Amino acid sequence: MTPTTPTTPTQPAQDVAERTGTAGPQPRKQAGKWSATAWKRRAPLMPALLFTVVVTQVPFLLTVFYSFQSWNLVRPGSRHFVGLRNYVDVFADSQFRGAMLNTVLLTVVCVLVALLLGLGLAMLLDRQFVGRGVVRTLLITPFLILPAAGALLWKTTMFDPTYGLLNFVFGGDTDWLSEYPLASVMAQVVWQWTPFMMLLVLAGLQAQSREVLEAAQVDGAGRWRIFTSITLPQLSRYMQLAVLLGAIYVVNSFDAIFLMTQGGPGTASTNLPYYIYQRAFEGFDVGQSSAMGVIVVVLTLVVATFALRLMFRTFGVSGEAR
Amino acid sequence: MSTRAGTPLGRSALTAFTWLVAVLFVFPLLWMVLTSFKQEADAYTDPPRLVFTPTLEQFAGVLERGFLPYLGNSAFVTVVSTVLVLLMAVPASYALSIAAVPGTRDALGFFLSTKMLPIVAAIIPLYVISQNLKLLDNVWALVVLYTAMNLPLAVWMMRSFFLEVPKEMVEAGRVDGANLPTLLFRVVLPVVAPGIAATALICVIFSWTEFFYAVNLTAAQAGTVPVFLVGFITSEGLYWAQLSAAALLASLPVMVVGWIAQNHLVRGLSMGAVK
Repeated sequence: MTPTTPTTPTQPAQDVAERTGTAGPQPRKQAGKWSATAWKRRAPLMPALLFTVVVTQVPFLLTVFYSFQSWNLVRPGSRHFVGLRNYVDVFADSQFRGAMLNTVLLTVVCVLVALLLGLGLAMLLDRQFVGRGVVRTLLITPFLILPAAGALLWKTTMFDPTYGLLNFVFGGDTDWLSEYPLASVMAQVVWQWTPFMMLLVLAGLQAQSREVLEAAQVDGAGRWRIFTSITLPQLSRYMQLAVLLGAIYVVNSFDAIFLMTQGGPGTASTNLPYYIYQRAFEGFDVGQSSAMGVIVVVLTLVVATFALRLMFRTFGVSGEAR
Repeated sequence: MSTRAGTPLGRSALTAFTWLVAVLFVFPLLWMVLTSFKQEADAYTDPPRLVFTPTLEQFAGVLERGFLPYLGNSAFVTVVSTVLVLLMAVPASYALSIAAVPGTRDALGFFLSTKMLPIVAAIIPLYVISQNLKLLDNVWALVVLYTAMNLPLAVWMMRSFFLEVPKEMVEAGRVDGANLPTLLFRVVLPVVAPGIAATALICVIFSWTEFFYAVNLTAAQAGTVPVFLVGFITSEGLYWAQLSAAALLASLPVMVVGWIAQNHLVRGLSMGAVK
């Protein structure tokens, strides 16, 4: 769109009135939501909106479309419409249910453990001490290294049964990745995400009102009392945000599983992203993996509805204009 | 807690404890750095070897394995997608904050909802589309996807910076008859420049570390550094020292970016919700 005349974005009605020479004592009318002026005001938003709609929504619609077809890439000419059969098959598939359970377990455990560790680290950091900046920099670094690098690093140097550091420290010759595959993946994911939780909680701790804390101290409140009655309630907004954003990323975990366990042994550490990947890129079963994708989207939407509400509250987004 | 003094001894003990915890926490990383300077024979020994003659052999080995093209792809995809994100996100977040267009809440909700949808559910059509457009193993496929991946984040984050621009400044610009580009470039952008830099850094971090799209849509031609690392799992733990060197080289750019930007990291990662 090419703006031919200068527009003042918040006062379109008035602006139009001025240019058409009808400005005067008449009451200003608010431009309708779908009027030409409203669209003109939206012009700066349009490239981002259209791009996002095309790149994110078209593939999802195609996923839905594919999910009603029997289509295997290695059998040319096999493609035909099968209605809901893919969905019936997916729900009857015990591996799919196992992957779903693993996804929930992985997400819940990792997010909560990372949050608790992050809370602990943030509290250690929330004071003045020698080398505070260095310690903070060290602690955020696991979040900054490539997740792929982190996964390979843990697989080799930490979990290796013969040369791994874990067995060196704790003794024995445990093959962590085959004996405790899901827990091993969790350890790596927690390690990766704890810094993120720590940063958000630390921001919350530093936003605390010093006066309130001092007043509570003067009133004779003990450490524990201050922590539970003042700090935690004030932190809850930050922790909710940390849990929500962390969950969005952890639920999609793929790198760690792909690189550390390949979903195994068997399907012990297969989560939904990895299972769908397997069905699509190793089984070449477009129809079934699409159906799984649709189911995952529907489940996510249920959770996301609540999440969106929380986000709007957290960000203070309310009406149309500010 | 910062308000309580405590005894000097207690404070020193707590500081020592904090340092201990931090070093333990990043130990896997420290070990990786150490391993990257070892000979392969020193990398896997039982017990692990702390004293050894350092060598740069592994870094040379990584380069010999053809690391540079992957690095180039990562740099290209990251830079181009970040520029595209900024080009679209700046006007969009202006419209969603200072100009507050009709439907702001719906637009914000839509952007956010795309972050909540699982990316696996789109990978099959994306693969098929890329194949039909002859974009499989092509850096431009990743450019488009990373732009879409970071755009919602950038819009939310920049919006929170734009909301801090003093209303009076914008009003004054409007009274002087400035049009939208002039308002943006002369009035708003100078104020939010640090915010835009922070947003760009977050986009760089997420593009550089992205794995799922890269692994599924690229191979030898357009592979990014995470794809390069995948090459090491086929050789199953045989080249630990070289793997460590590769992991270090691949991570170093974002590590440095993140260290520099750590004060903005929180705000970026929380999509602007937290200052």
